[in-house]
Amino acid sequence: MPEPDPYENPKEAVAPTGAGGAMDLAMSEAETLERGGTGRPRSLWSDAWHQLRRNPVFLVSALLIVFLVLIAIWPQILTGADPLRCDLSKSQQGSAPGHPFGYDTQGCDVYTRTVHGARASITVGVCATLGAALLGSLLGGLAGFFGGWWDALLSRIADVFFGIPVVLGGLVFLSVVTSSTVWPVVGFIVLLGWPQIARIARGSVITAKQHDYVQAARALGAGSGRMLLRHVGPNAVAPVIVVATIALGTYIALEATLSFLGVGLRPPTVSWGIDISNAAPQIRNAPHMLLWPAGALSVTVLAFIMLGDAVRDALDPKLR
Amino acid sequence: MLLEVRDLYVEFRTRDGVAKAVNGVTYSVDAGETLAVLGESGSGKSVTAQAVMGILDTPPGRITGGEVLFRGRDLLKLKEDARRAVRGAEMAMIFQDALSSLNPVLTVGDQLGEMFVVHRGMSRKDARAKAVELMDRVRIPAARERVGQYPHQFSGGMRQRIMIAMAMALEPALIIADEPTTALDVTVQAQVMELLAELRRELGMGLILITHDLGVVADVADRIAVMYAGRIVETAPVHDIYKAPAHPYTQGLLDSIPRLDHKGRELYAIKGLPPNLTAIPPGCPFHPRCPRARDVCRIDVPPLYRVSEERRSACHFWEETVDASSA
Amino acid sequence: MPPLLEVRDLVKHYPLTRGVLFRKQIGAVKAVDGVSFDLRPGETLGIVGESGCGKSTVAKMLVSLERPTSGRILYKGEDITGLSGRALKAVRRNIQMVFQDPYTSLNPRMTVGDIVGEPFDIHPEVAPKGDRRRKVRELLDVVGLNPEYINRYPHQFSGGQRQRIGIARGLALNPEIIVADEPVSALDVSVQAQVVNLMEKLQTEFGLAYVFIAHDLSIVRHISDRVGVMYLGRIVETGTDTEIYDHPTHPYTQALLSAVPVPDPEAREQRERILLTGDVPSPTGIPSGCRFRTRCWKARERCALEVPLLAVPAAFRDADTPARHDSACHFAEEKRVVPGDPRGHTG
Repeated sequence: MPEPDPYENPKEAVAPTGAGGAMDLAMSEAETLERGGTGRPRSLWSDAWHQLRRNPVFLVSALLIVFLVLIAIWPQILTGADPLRCDLSKSQQGSAPGHPFGYDTQGCDVYTRTVHGARASITVGVCATLGAALLGSLLGGLAGFFGGWWDALLSRIADVFFGIPVVLGGLVFLSVVTSSTVWPVVGFIVLLGWPQIARIARGSVITAKQHDYVQAARALGAGSGRMLLRHVGPNAVAPVIVVATIALGTYIALEATLSFLGVGLRPPTVSWGIDISNAAPQIRNAPHMLLWPAGALSVTVLAFIMLGDAVRDALDPKLR
Repeated sequence: MLLEVRDLYVEFRTRDGVAKAVNGVTYSVDAGETLAVLGESGSGKSVTAQAVMGILDTPPGRITGGEVLFRGRDLLKLKEDARRAVRGAEMAMIFQDALSSLNPVLTVGDQLGEMFVVHRGMSRKDARAKAVELMDRVRIPAARERVGQYPHQFSGGMRQRIMIAMAMALEPALIIADEPTTALDVTVQAQVMELLAELRRELGMGLILITHDLGVVADVADRIAVMYAGRIVETAPVHDIYKAPAHPYTQGLLDSIPRLDHKGRELYAIKGLPPNLTAIPPGCPFHPRCPRARDVCRIDVPPLYRVSEERRSACHFWEETVDASSA
Repeated sequence: MPPLLEVRDLVKHYPLTRGVLFRKQIGAVKAVDGVSFDLRPGETLGIVGESGCGKSTVAKMLVSLERPTSGRILYKGEDITGLSGRALKAVRRNIQMVFQDPYTSLNPRMTVGDIVGEPFDIHPEVAPKGDRRRKVRELLDVVGLNPEYINRYPHQFSGGQRQRIGIARGLALNPEIIVADEPVSALDVSVQAQVVNLMEKLQTEFGLAYVFIAHDLSIVRHISDRVGVMYLGRIVETGTDTEIYDHPTHPYTQALLSAVPVPDPEAREQRERILLTGDVPSPTGIPSGCRFRTRCWKARERCALEVPLLAVPAAFRDADTPARHDSACHFAEEKRVVPGDPRGHTG
């Protein structure tokens, strides 16, 4: 059915010229905006969700992440084998029936190790990112919103953490705090990662709070909580999401670096980081050892970055 | 004729489709003449000027037709380096926002002198002396002392004077001023417009003044071209247009501004909104907002009808409009 | 009628400090430096002035977005400058603001319904929960927007429509006073008239009192009952629109009016222009005595020594002319600077 001509629609009829004023707009609104439903009240979050459900990028990345999380929790879904059962005689051999990815230097099955490695890597990546993002945006956001001495103090503390060299700091910290779990590594990454997020959050909160709509809310009598949550927060969150999703990849890689140096995760823990660092020297004679864990890592990082992108776009009504 | 723009078309590729910013604009300026190009935001007045100056961002912009004849040469056919030689030396532009048009890390003396170093191959020292001379000319007090200062150390009005000095530096034949006083306060605006008019007289330049302010136009222009939706809807000598506009849009604009000399009753408001440039209404682009619109206006694009020797109006019913407004 | 709002000697100084650890005050930006006026129910007070004259700071203090350094703002006789918490919130219901920039004054991530309905979230006593949606639609209708657009976002609207949304938000709590800071200066000429007409219509409909702040002298005359002219943090002349525009006695008002470009080419030859020299002094270093003296063509020794008070000048005290109104000049003289309308008063 063709669109009704807005100029001849009696409901939108316009007062004769010269009358000026309010009703005159009705017509051209119909011209610039397509007719929209009225229906139930909508909010930013419900609109964002509505948008996300139709976004193929979001669907693909979300499915991938769900899948990765599932195998991180239950690696048994994909393999019944024990990643620690190795056979030195098969060291660095290529794929064989039942062992599609081949064997590593120790003669362990690369497929089984890649599947089991998801748990440590994703735990470190997700937990460290969540920790750093929450801590960083909380501290940075408050510093930006309230300013003053709180801001000055926090910025100096963040500067101090920025100054710590990652590798040296890791060597010192992780040789003191030892444990067979992933938590010391997560803790260390959060400790080093939050200032970066805090800086971004602080900057975007300062930008957002200068807008007139924050003043308008204050003039209405809104409290600090409301201004932060409804006005400043949603408008400052986009850069944080972008940086956090990119950071997720670097954190998984950082875990690998620390493991390579012998202070990160330690065997018998299985992680992509450990496997990548073991495989790196052998890249010429056994590239398959590197290919699979590195490929899994890349896909995981990509999935999170795509998810971050989609969420950021969905939260911006202008891009709809 | 110093500058003739003939049937110029400019498009922009945007997320929402192709925006037709300029749709067949024709105007001309003679040496020593001031042409005011009047229009609201989105009318295409600035885009036309950018196309004339050759500073249009391409992409997203694209000139899809027309000619820009400057002293008889079609600038659109020139190579970029030939155009660059024209820019600055033969035609110059003054922008609205003087602060962002000046480089904050260079002194104003360096920026003014640059023109002479680049175009005239002068030494730094001579260029500096020229800069002082220019600042004197645009009446910046204590020019010799201030030539070494940075843009932020000048007030808004003084910065706009520096922009004018820069535009004048090589004594171009044509100046295009895009809303040169919009960001300034009225008292400063008056000073700057006065200066611009005086320099134009002195140097016999052509001036294209792009503005939305009907007051400023009445003050300085010789002729006016009124733009709407990328078209010229009316062009006329300044006195005629204020006495009896020949296009309903011009008339609507004149009637919608409140007056300084009496309080007045309710303002006349042109109904509706300016059109979306990606979907300009068929026929006369003003018809959805026009009190005189009839069936023909929805179908036929009005040509520029000849109202008198020097006047044109793109309204099918221009006679009626003139009669009504002069009655 | 008693005034709704009495503003007395309002001052806002922003300290200029140096040093991080040991802050030392090295001066002050005197944004507002002693402003007094009354606002009566249902009237429009226009405040004009150039940028930096402090008019926006006055607006912010009126709606308690800035706390005055000194001075009082009495709302129905009660001093509201020191209020906080619940008492401040209650006052805010009655004094609302419309902002200049329709692009930054609406949260881009909220729907129109949420923006216009937010006042009800903050002041739940105004509208019961189930009723809010209906109220928001009513408000949109009142400002001339289609109530069906309630779920749209601000960027889907033009500047003029956004300003209508801002006005609807200001109206939601049924205020008595609306402070409008340059509400139409960001809009195109043809849309300005629509918004000005709307504001006038709403004033009659709801009995609102406006403080209308703008730099455009023509619009201020059109909408205001009384006008105050500000220069460097002070009101230099105040009176009815006729008194100020047709019988100005302060040299600054005269210069300001004479500089306004009038849309009439015939006027340009005959019209006398008072071109002020120089720029407005910085509000950190306000001249002694009369603050306008550095740019005034009438300035004499007395002007540097003695601050002129805002009162009816001695010369006009016994006269029965419209020149008899408050003007802060030692040498006040009437001077007509606005040319007449060639097309007559019918427009």
